[in-house]
Amino acid sequence: MNNPNPKTLYDKLWDTHFVGSRSDNGDLLYIDLHMVHEVTSPQAFEGLKIKGISPRRVDSVVATVDHNVPTTDRSEGLRGIKDTISRDQIQALQINCHDFGIDLIDLNDLNQGIVHVVGPEQGFTQPGMTIVCGDSHTSTHGAFGCLAMGIGTSEVEHVLATQCLVMNKQKNMRISINGPLKKNVFAKDLTMFLIGKIGTAGGTGHVIEYDGSTIESLSMEGRMTVCNMAIEAGARAGMIAPDQKTFDYLKSKPHTPKGNEYEIALEYWKTFHSDENSNFDTVHNFFAEEIEPQVTWGTSPEMVIGVKDRIPSKEDYTSQTERNNFEAALDYMGLSAGDSLENYSLDQIFIGSCTNSRIEDLREAAEILDGNVISKKIKRAMIVPGSGLVKKQAEEEGLHETFISSGFEWREPGCSMCLGMNPDQLGEKERCASTSNRNFEGRQGHLGRTHLVSPAMAAAAALAGNFIDISS
Amino acid sequence: MNKSISNIFSGEAVFLDKANVDTDQIIPKQFLKSIKRTGFGPNLFDAWRYLDKGDLNSDNSKRKLNPDFILNHDLYKSCNILITRENFGCGSSREHAVWALTDYGFTTIIAPSFADIFKNNSYKNGLLLIEIDEEKIDEIFKQITEKKTINIEVDVHNQFIYLEKKQFLFELDDFKKKFLLDGIDEVGFTLQHQNKIEDFEKNYKKTVPWLFK
Repeated sequence: MNNPNPKTLYDKLWDTHFVGSRSDNGDLLYIDLHMVHEVTSPQAFEGLKIKGISPRRVDSVVATVDHNVPTTDRSEGLRGIKDTISRDQIQALQINCHDFGIDLIDLNDLNQGIVHVVGPEQGFTQPGMTIVCGDSHTSTHGAFGCLAMGIGTSEVEHVLATQCLVMNKQKNMRISINGPLKKNVFAKDLTMFLIGKIGTAGGTGHVIEYDGSTIESLSMEGRMTVCNMAIEAGARAGMIAPDQKTFDYLKSKPHTPKGNEYEIALEYWKTFHSDENSNFDTVHNFFAEEIEPQVTWGTSPEMVIGVKDRIPSKEDYTSQTERNNFEAALDYMGLSAGDSLENYSLDQIFIGSCTNSRIEDLREAAEILDGNVISKKIKRAMIVPGSGLVKKQAEEEGLHETFISSGFEWREPGCSMCLGMNPDQLGEKERCASTSNRNFEGRQGHLGRTHLVSPAMAAAAALAGNFIDISS
Repeated sequence: MNKSISNIFSGEAVFLDKANVDTDQIIPKQFLKSIKRTGFGPNLFDAWRYLDKGDLNSDNSKRKLNPDFILNHDLYKSCNILITRENFGCGSSREHAVWALTDYGFTTIIAPSFADIFKNNSYKNGLLLIEIDEEKIDEIFKQITEKKTINIEVDVHNQFIYLEKKQFLFELDDFKKKFLLDGIDEVGFTLQHQNKIEDFEKNYKKTVPWLFK
């Protein structure tokens, strides 16, 4: 029987959380999970204190520290943080969580880690939920069939106080990718390839649902990597319908329902998928066989090429604005038009971030390193696991020995050099192969030069001292 | 239609001729360690504006300005309208970017498009974003190139901007307009709809009891 009212996954998430419209036509969307970290929350808590308002549901809030934390020895806890301004910010979160009764996964907790690694790993993230966090990479959680969005600090305060986010419904976009990925091409290459195709503003005003056989073949870790960078395609949320892999991943996690309640939840979760013939405003189709290992050359994630491709030339761009941007990026990155990326030596290697710091990412890197030593050209190579649990798992598998013996530093969990708020930063004009998500000017350090890649490419580049083709 | 010019949002304009200006450029990460909402203005576009690397401890008055950066030109030092290219405010969700722009003195930004999270952050802080087509931005660019300085009048109520011999209509959501014009406390406003939230919650809890502890 034909469904008279087919809905997309996003439509269903919207409809199940739609509270109503305010008198000014702003829609109120109910929020199930609110994740909090130290950087974008202090002003929100201050706002609540000034207004004398308590959070509506502290049981929906989880906090952790990640952006500012040192990734070196933490045995001295808060006192061991040398940067006093960072320390104050972490302490502010501790105080705010204490004052408002919010659960905090603190600095020396085994479960501490990057907020977008911790959420799924603890089972806070579940299908059919709405999730917000004062961090744009909240889109990561969409891999579980959630509507997960980054929000600003005023919105953090608003959600704490009202349990609702004010917004109007976005458009539906579907990106379908089919076929098998080539050898040594991973979820990271896939998501960067898509950004290269649709552009960093391609998804603006939309939520993106990814589907197709390639997406289905990805592990949950891979799916998180894809959704993580939806924001780099301009979409506030990316999502993938849950399937058996999703349910299997969640079954044993600490915060998912158990026993009979799990069975009830499972039936509910299974309803979150796009119905046949549901309507998307924008549709893109790609084949996985088109995708080569990707490397960004410029200062925006859309400035990306296959590792065998040449850096673009001015003639590849039509408008004056594009040409200006191209020239500024090339100049900042210290590259020549039309050149091969293999011709540039690397200074640093960073494997980590909410995009690529999960166990599968570390296995992928370890497999490439496989007992070899990194190039003498590399000044520093570091691996920063996404959480204490990822670190523990990697150590149980002996991956850390592979990393350390090859010349990598094996660090404590945190955001680290993805944004360099802690001491992990690039020096001026240092060139880095990084598994993070943003190659913006100065992102990893003042005048630092970032090339975004997969963990396998980062590991291969560490061995060679420059980018190499890993597809053959 | 009566022209109702909004004095705060009208004024002199400066043109930042760049696309995809991300929030890492608007306010670099080292300044996000502040736990305040104020004082970000001197570090707006920090890496472009100064020749050295600054941090929260820097005395910005002693730092060397980059003479090539448009905001440092004498002609544009007191502008309150920023005109720029597509996808302004992309990247990180940091509201500090908006706080830096408003603290610096910008009241209005005109561009072909803005990133979604940045848009939300802006209206909550009374920063007006005006989206108009690339051709119209080119038209403004032409005027500013010829005349060096231009004045733009903004009518938020009727959603028009006025340049010399030109006027452009722009889109603005009702709820954003209300906040820009009235400067309401949004949390308080939503809490006026508390009954709706409670009714929703009561039913929703029956559907997903495991999400309520």
